[in-house]
This record gives sequence, structure tokens and C-alpha cells, in this order.
Amino acid sequence: MLRRRHSVLPGFGLTLGFSVFYLSLVVLVPLAALLLKSASFGWAAFRAAAVAPRAMAAYRLSFGAAAAGAAVNAVFGLLVAWVLVRYRFPGRRVIDALVDLPFALPTAVAGIALTTLYAETGWLGRPLSALGLKVAFTPLGVGMALTFIGLPFVVRTLQPVIEALDPEVEEAAASLGAGRAATLVRVVLPAIVPAWLTGVALAFARAVGEYGSVVFIAGNMPMKTEIAPLVIMTRLEQYDYAGATAVAVVMLLASLLILGGVNALQAFSLRRAAVE
Amino acid sequence: MHARWFVPLLAALALLAGGGSTLLAQETTLLNVSYDPTRELYQEVNAAFAAQWKAKTGRGVAIQQSHGGSGKQARAVIDGLEADVVTLALAYDVEAIEKAGLVRPGWQKRLPDNACPYTSTIVFLVRKGNPKGIKDWGDLVRPGVAVITPNPKTSGAARWSYLAAWAWALRQPGGSEARAQDFVARLYRNVPVLDTGARGSTNTFVQRGIGDVLLAWENEAFLAVKELGPEKVEMVVPSLSILAEPPVALVDAVVDRKGTRAAAQAYLEFLYTPDGQRLAAKHYYRPRSKEALAQAPVRFADVRLVTIDEAFSGWTKAHAAHFAEGASFDRIYQAR
Repeated sequence: MLRRRHSVLPGFGLTLGFSVFYLSLVVLVPLAALLLKSASFGWAAFRAAAVAPRAMAAYRLSFGAAAAGAAVNAVFGLLVAWVLVRYRFPGRRVIDALVDLPFALPTAVAGIALTTLYAETGWLGRPLSALGLKVAFTPLGVGMALTFIGLPFVVRTLQPVIEALDPEVEEAAASLGAGRAATLVRVVLPAIVPAWLTGVALAFARAVGEYGSVVFIAGNMPMKTEIAPLVIMTRLEQYDYAGATAVAVVMLLASLLILGGVNALQAFSLRRAAVE
Repeated sequence: MHARWFVPLLAALALLAGGGSTLLAQETTLLNVSYDPTRELYQEVNAAFAAQWKAKTGRGVAIQQSHGGSGKQARAVIDGLEADVVTLALAYDVEAIEKAGLVRPGWQKRLPDNACPYTSTIVFLVRKGNPKGIKDWGDLVRPGVAVITPNPKTSGAARWSYLAAWAWALRQPGGSEARAQDFVARLYRNVPVLDTGARGSTNTFVQRGIGDVLLAWENEAFLAVKELGPEKVEMVVPSLSILAEPPVALVDAVVDRKGTRAAAQAYLEFLYTPDGQRLAAKHYYRPRSKEALAQAPVRFADVRLVTIDEAFSGWTKAHAAHFAEGASFDRIYQAR
């Protein structure tokens, strides 16, 4: 006997249909067009363009700097979110609002501002270069820009989860004899790890594709500070559609792979949390 | 960044203007798709041409402008931006539009002087008093000299600069292709930042104070000296440079569809009239006519200029040898 279970709210068919349609229109069709386009160039040309030394250097920089930025945000984003949720202090609302700035600011503005600050003639760049540290026009500058744009993703995904975390649970842990470290590692972290991973993955994904803010601070030297999205742009500018598409497809697949990995990790930690 | 929004926005505006005007009166709307530094020039040209067209035919003509990197602009036209005319930085970009079937072959013969009503060249802009003593191309490869130039892969001005440096190196005693390759490699070793466009490089050099010398369009260099004053920057003209010929062309497919061929053709021809030539000189482009040259507000240095055809056998060959994937520019960075 097949029995259809009805939800309390009607309209499942309609909403699902609309979701799929919307997702296709906005996400799947452009991606399919990309893959289709890359398929039309032939494997040899595609391969040559995708693994050209310049493209390889650009992948290394884009994924490396994005990972570094995400790692920095993983630590400091968690800290910021924790402080904003758990403590009350003057100016908290202002800091809370500031976290959204990288979301709202046009990326080109962010890039120009960072470059002006960190160039050797800038406010921060001058003292730093006196110490022998060059930021603008080096991979470090790229990482800096990617850290900047990624911060809100970590903070904003963690905040609601930390808010939902009842301080009484920590008190209970303490009263049952857990030390501070044990409370943190065995009680607090397991509860927030899934959201934390999501935030870091979002920050990473955003950073991999970031163009506007990075091109200003990167210096764009081939093989050294050229990000993969810029390689796509330069190839397009030369009417090399095949080459541009090849790099785009590689980035797409790599991003999918990494996001898939993070999702699996997240599912694993959720399951573990449920078991415990 | 803005260009990405700007081009579609402008296209939308042009469409709106086109739709509105057919309702109102018989006003023709033309879209001129151009490269970065011609903004001020074409503002004046448009006003002057519209007045002249009105006097001659009794009909109004409105001209919209769109500006951006030359390659990006050509791609926008190929992808469907309805340009009646294109006025780009190099013939290679118009050839790309020709290959897409929008401009008829032979466009460079349809107007005088290779369809380039004005020319320019590449010069150096240095800081006040020229502290590093930069006189010629050879000085750019000295250790400790920082050179600012955009990426030749994305900027028209940078390609002209690159080819000018190459041409100079070839013509030195004992010059050869290998020596020229070595020379540009040493030159780009002195480049700390590769911006994507000419205006970006100017900003790096002027606003951020990075670098000792900027390789710039001659017209941009004149403009910079005028805007910033000689107490900040000076112009240095090398012993040899390249004759930069920014071409203009009618986009046949668009003008035939819109029925604007007559006005668009007259617009391009206007650039060759004494008025058009005078405006070009006023904005520091080298005019073709002797009279306009004599009346120019500045004196253009009498420097030896090689042409792309004589030194590189045309753009197609120059592009394949220097700017294509794995060509001479890429080798600079892969050698290390």
C-alpha cells in the first residue's frame, strides 16, 4: 500500500518546481553553457590551455591565497563572532555592523583602499617596508585582500549558532568537573564545528573567485602574483575564448571538489556530534 | 570593474535613446565605441559634428560614447553591443571585429591614411628633475630603475610600448631578435606592477608615487604634465618610438540594420576635416593635416617613429610573435 504523506503546508510540488526552475536559470544553465563551450574546443587544445605554466602558477596563487585567507578567518572570525555574541561592551553594535562592510563595499573600492594603505608609500606600507616586509604587489597582498573579503562569511554563519549555545551547558560541564580546555574542546567546539566549516568554506569559495579587490593589490605579475580570474580576463581580452574557458572549467571543478570535501567533513562532524 | 557594468548600461541607454527618438522626431542616434583616453576628444568631436550635420541636413544626430580597454570594447561589439562606429587603440582589435563578420574586409582602405585620422606615440613620463637621468630606452633596464607600464595582454598602450622597446633594441649596434628578447626581459624585470589598463598605470605612477618612469601615450603624457604641472612630472622623448595608429571603422552589420550608414560615414569623415583635425591636435593627438599640426597647442617632438608594418609586418604577425600564448612576452616570465 502506497500512502502519500501530506505536509501540513500545501504547495510542495509548486515550490519544488519553482526552485528547480530558478536554480536552472540562475546557476545550472550558465554552468552548462561553460562546459558545453569547453567541449567544443577539443581535448588537446583544452588541456594545453588548462595546464599552461602561467595558468598553473595562477591556480597555485588563487587556491593557496584563498586557503590562507580562509585559515586566518577561521581563527579570527571565530574569535570575533564569540566576542560579539558573548560579551556586552560599548561599541559592540558598531563593530557588529563593521563586520558586514566587506559585503557591502564595492570590491574595487576595497582593492584600491588596501593598495593605497599597503603600497610602499602608504600609511601602513611605509613602516612595514622599513621592516623589510612588502605587502602590496606580493602574494601576501593577495592573501590580505582575500582575508578582508572573507571575514563576514565566517562571522555571520557562526553568530546564530553561538547565540543558540546556552552558557548553562558550559556551566553544567564545569560543575561535572570538566576543566576549561575540556569544556571548550568537548562541549563548545563540537556544537559549532559544522557552522564553522560552512563559514570557512564560503569564505574560501568567495576568495577563489574574487577579482575586483585583488587585481589592484596583486601587481599582476605573470607567474608570481597573477590570480586565475585575471588569467581568464587576459585571455578573453585576446579573444582566446578556448583558453579562458579551460581555466574557468578547471577552477569550477577544483572548487566543486573542495566544497564537496568540506561538505563531507561537515556531515561527518554532524554525525559524530549526534553520536556523542 | 566599472566597464563591466558600464557597457551594458550604455547599451541600454543607447537603446532607450534610440527608441525614444523615433517617437519624437527623425533624430539619428549613433554609438561610438572607443578606448580609454579618447573620452574628452570625442565629447568635443560629437558636439561639433552634430552641429555641422544639423546645418547640412536639417536633422539632428545624437552620439553616444562608450570607453574602456580597447580589447574589452572590441569584445563587447563582437558580443552584440550595437556600435555604429568603433574608434579603437589598435588595428588588431578592429580585425577581430572583422573576423566576427561585423566589419567588411578592406575597412582600412575605405578611409584615408589607413583609416587612422590621427596618430600618437609612446613617450616616457618621469618625476620632476628626472632624478634617475632617464633619456632613452637603454636607461630603463638599469638596475634600480622602476618602470611602470600596463600588461600588454590587456592594454593597447602597453602593446605599443612593448613593440617600441623591441624595435629600439633591434636597431642598436649588434641588434638581433635574441638581443631584443633579452632587452625586453631586462626591462620587464624592472616593472614592479602590471596594471590592466593605461589609466590604471597612470594612477599607480601619479597617485601612488610608485616607479621612476611611466611608459605612456604621448597624448596622456601631455595631459598629465598639463594637469599636474611641470613641478611634478616631466616628459622625456626617447630617440626612437613607434607610430601608434588608432584606427576608426564603420560597423557595417550595425549601420545597415539601423539605417545609419550615411550619418556614421559622415561622422568618421568629419575626423579628417580641418575642424576634426584641429580637435585631435587640441587633445594632443598628432593630426594628419599639416595645417592642424602647425596650429597645435603643443609641439610634437620630431622623433623617429617606426610603423607596425615596417618593423613587425602588421598586427597579425606582431601579435603571434609577441603577445599570443607562449610568445615573446610570456617567455620573459617563464625563463625565470
